[in-house]
Amino acid sequence: MSAAERYVRMNARELRLELEELYAAYAGCLDEERFEDWPEFFTDDCTYKIIPRENVERGLPLATWFSEGKNGLRDRVVAIRKTMLYAPRYVRRLVSGLRVLGWEGDALAVRASYLALETLLDEPTRVFNCGEYRDRLVVVDDRLRFREKLCVFDSLLVPNSLIFPL
Amino acid sequence: MSAGLSRQRKWPAEGVSRVPFWAYSDPEVYANEQARIFCGRSWNYVALEAEIPRPGDYKRTFIGEKPVVVARDSDGGLNAFENRCAHRGVQFCQRHLGNAPEFTCPYHQWTYDLKGNLIGVPFRRGLKKQGGMPGDFDPKEHGLRRLKVHARHGVVFASFADDVEPFAEYLGESMLALFDRVFDGRELAVLGYSRQLVPANWKLMFENIKDPYHATLLHVFLVSFGLFRADSPGKVQMDPTGRHGALLSWRGEQQKTEDHAEMKSFHEGFRLSDAQMLQPVREFPEYTVVMTTLWPNLIIQQQSNTLAMRQLVTRGPSEFELAWTFFGYATDDEAMRERRLRQANLMGPAGYVSADDSEVMKFSQAGVGPYPDAAGVMEMGGRDWQDEPHIVTEATIRSFYDYYRKVMGL
Repeated sequence: MSAAERYVRMNARELRLELEELYAAYAGCLDEERFEDWPEFFTDDCTYKIIPRENVERGLPLATWFSEGKNGLRDRVVAIRKTMLYAPRYVRRLVSGLRVLGWEGDALAVRASYLALETLLDEPTRVFNCGEYRDRLVVVDDRLRFREKLCVFDSLLVPNSLIFPL
Repeated sequence: MSAGLSRQRKWPAEGVSRVPFWAYSDPEVYANEQARIFCGRSWNYVALEAEIPRPGDYKRTFIGEKPVVVARDSDGGLNAFENRCAHRGVQFCQRHLGNAPEFTCPYHQWTYDLKGNLIGVPFRRGLKKQGGMPGDFDPKEHGLRRLKVHARHGVVFASFADDVEPFAEYLGESMLALFDRVFDGRELAVLGYSRQLVPANWKLMFENIKDPYHATLLHVFLVSFGLFRADSPGKVQMDPTGRHGALLSWRGEQQKTEDHAEMKSFHEGFRLSDAQMLQPVREFPEYTVVMTTLWPNLIIQQQSNTLAMRQLVTRGPSEFELAWTFFGYATDDEAMRERRLRQANLMGPAGYVSADDSEVMKFSQAGVGPYPDAAGVMEMGGRDWQDEPHIVTEATIRSFYDYYRKVMGL
């Protein structure tokens, strides 16, 4: 039995446990700023967007952040490390309310709420961005990876700058 | 107000080669800016016609900090009025964009047509012969405060001043030519919005765009990919009053030259893994970058194929909202649309380039706020201002403050 079949046949409880572990690992990777490991959660041909909810609701395509493929994610990581100027900060991501919508072909559709808390050195921690992950995962090399990850955010007025991934 | 609290502000004797730091933080200066600049004789950007194409379409926006609504009436005409009920002052319109046959204030249901005329007052005649408005109450005298409106090639401006000069004169010949370069009459298509709250005085945003040379030092990303460099051909232009400005440049070759010795930030070995993010095609004549700043609230961005309106909404002396409307043309093919969406990664709150700016503006405010009696030094390229055939200059900042001082009486 292939890994993909194993996932498809998994009962709901097992699958949920797998996903909760995956999302915890994803958030942990970013919270710990292991950005170089972040693209490994995605497929080579992935789409990653951080997009305001108002654009989604109006059918407008513009994303605040739009990366294509693992290479596009890697470019962002290089920019974070090497080219972009920003104040030091911690960002912590809380993922909750995971909903497994089911398999659509070879892709598993999943939604979850997320909350990103930002801490700057001279300021108390604040809610930086809150929204919903709208994800499609596929099995590649024996594990579930994001083929598409949309971070659709409610927090339309972004507090200054969005530097780290969500 | 107690006279003891009100400080007499005096601009440094050096003139526009200095900007006193109190200009970025003094609440009285800020209040004067609202009255003299945003509510004064200025044309303020409020909308693209493409956002409100049909009768009843409206957009809620701001001029300075004043809430306003732009609405298209049943005749197809454009109207702008204060988002403030003429009854008790309620900000009656609460959605960014929408469509409505009329506006009704939720509090006591005063109702206005799309031109801002008062057309309904509940209990105007009272109830059971009791109450009601006085017999001489005339709805014609209690409409919404209307603003003057001008649309040019799909872009809508509004003014609180009835005696504001005609729009073409307001822009001046050279700025109008740059405006018409992007807005040539083709129908526009909105691609989407980004909004960010920048913890800095609004003028720092203008200074940022009006000073082209920072881009060759701060924006490592731009420099690394040859999108903008100090040795790229470029120039700055101003209108005769100095209030508007533009940076124009041509794309240079990406290679390390001696001029880069000072630019410690240059990474020669940096290449994009996903090259398609930056594959611009030549779309406009002559320049690959034109950043236009229009007094008092608009930046028109044309960086390669990414086009956007950046509208400044003030939120007190030390904070402003930057509202981005990215757009293309209705005739764009799929490839051009994709190109614009990819290049939008350069801009906005998460922009490879513009996030540097929002971060550094915060650093600026953190420095100038606590030191109101110090002043900035703007002497790059001289102490006066005129059009320059290069970009190693702060001339456009000096011209801005030359006009600013006149309007503000400072």
